[in-house]
Amino acid sequence: MLIYLPIAEVSVNAFLLLGLGGLVGVLSGMFGVGGGFLMTPLLFFIGIPPAVAVATEANQIVASSFSGVLAHLRRKTVDFKMGTVLMLGGLLGAAIGVVLFNHLKSLGQVDLLVKLCYVVFLGIIGGLMFFESLRAIRRTSRNVAPPKKSRQRGWVQKLPLKMRFRTSGLYISIIPPLIVGVFVGILAAIMGVGGGFIMVPAMIYILGMPTKVVVGTSLYQIIFVTAFTTLLHATTNYTVDVALAVLLLVGGVIGAQIGTQIGTRLKAEQLRILLAIMVLMVCGKLALDLLIQPSELYSIGSAGGH
Amino acid sequence: MRLFVCSALIMLLTTPFVLAEKVVLGMSQDEVAITATFDGSNILVFGAIQRDAPIPETPIDVIVTVSGPSEPLDVRRKAKRFGIWVNTDTVQVDAAPSFYAIATSAPLGDILTETEDLRHKVSINRAIRSVGAPMNILDAQGFTDAVIRIREANGLYTLQEGSVSIDQQTLFRTSINMPANLTEGDYSTRIFITRDGAVVDQLSTTIDVRKVGLERFLFSLSREQPLLYGLMSLAIAIFAGWAASAVFQVIRNR
Repeated sequence: MLIYLPIAEVSVNAFLLLGLGGLVGVLSGMFGVGGGFLMTPLLFFIGIPPAVAVATEANQIVASSFSGVLAHLRRKTVDFKMGTVLMLGGLLGAAIGVVLFNHLKSLGQVDLLVKLCYVVFLGIIGGLMFFESLRAIRRTSRNVAPPKKSRQRGWVQKLPLKMRFRTSGLYISIIPPLIVGVFVGILAAIMGVGGGFIMVPAMIYILGMPTKVVVGTSLYQIIFVTAFTTLLHATTNYTVDVALAVLLLVGGVIGAQIGTQIGTRLKAEQLRILLAIMVLMVCGKLALDLLIQPSELYSIGSAGGH
Repeated sequence: MRLFVCSALIMLLTTPFVLAEKVVLGMSQDEVAITATFDGSNILVFGAIQRDAPIPETPIDVIVTVSGPSEPLDVRRKAKRFGIWVNTDTVQVDAAPSFYAIATSAPLGDILTETEDLRHKVSINRAIRSVGAPMNILDAQGFTDAVIRIREANGLYTLQEGSVSIDQQTLFRTSINMPANLTEGDYSTRIFITRDGAVVDQLSTTIDVRKVGLERFLFSLSREQPLLYGLMSLAIAIFAGWAASAVFQVIRNR
């Protein structure tokens, strides 16, 4: 069934959109990532104009994250205090990111920058997570007790403005979470994603949060950052397509519920290695696009670069 | 003397009509409504050639063009720099129609001379206006060709030679296929009658392509009340997220 999207001004198959939404929703629920880093390139691929894809994806992530966070709330795996600190940083970062994005767009190389960002960050994070999880799985399979990890690094411990995060069992300064929030917010706005795939590893490896609360807390702060991004896009670029968003999120919210169920049945290490493989696959695909000669060297953009 | 004036007057009055062949046009529809389930449209263009004299020896040919709204474009070309493919050159095309369909009764080159094409801007190449490229770009034509190539691949630019059928040198008909990925606007439709490569008569009209119903409402709201539209989008997203969660909760508790 073809459906005409009012803002994107293209006609696409409604079931294809529902399916894509569902698939990405399952992954979103499993890993606590918004799924934007998968969905945005997929939307480009089916012919949605990039500006509309990025803005609408932000709106869809709000829905799937909200659905996901409700499931985590019932299991009490959301650290609201930590989430709020990260979110404050994230909102600031998103605002900076949008300004930066518009500036780079005027220079005409924003596509390249976005792709390079994807390749670099997906590559680093995917690689780190993959090898770390692989080591963790080897340890458990040999039945060797994992070495007791010191949760906080030295420099994190020494910073002022300490706060107790009960749900995470942490007593750390709020400066590192704020910085993580700002940094992820900037990247999220530039790359047009929720930023969960950067936030999740940052929470585990930099902040030392327990894996159990990481997913729920990440989803919680993503809701606010992407809602803010949606409003920014809707009021400045008029690129949020609500019809596209509805189709994606109907599939997405259902998928997210299923994904959360699957997620509770898998071990943390298995979850991490699956996420790492997925991140590396997307990274590889984008890297190939940059390295292999494209079949069409020319591309059409509307004048004025919007 | 009186007879002479009279006959001169008659000649003066009738001469233009004797030579003229005028085109009269009909269309199956003069507007295209884009609804939520819009998946393209087929517009039937038909007409007749009106004459006050016998049909001349040389047969006529018919060209029908439908052109979407024109807009300026930035066309970029990639080149390999530091091992990766990046956009290096940009040429601005001053005006290129978002949609352009040509239907003819015979191969376009045979029924329209270069001069006439230049004058009336009939062929796809002529319909795109590109004033000039920056000094450092030597093959500006390559950029215009790329626009045509990409849009032909997307079904937005079409040339269908021989798709106009002519009956007894008087009646003609063709159908223009409008794809699903149309943009809004006035689509100018032109009909040319040619003989020996020269345009004998032409007529133009517009097809109104408009969003209607829910499509119209959402589009207007997003432009006129963007904040309200954004908040509505968020409300829908939050509601859908909550509804899915609630439904699954009920299913699980059974």
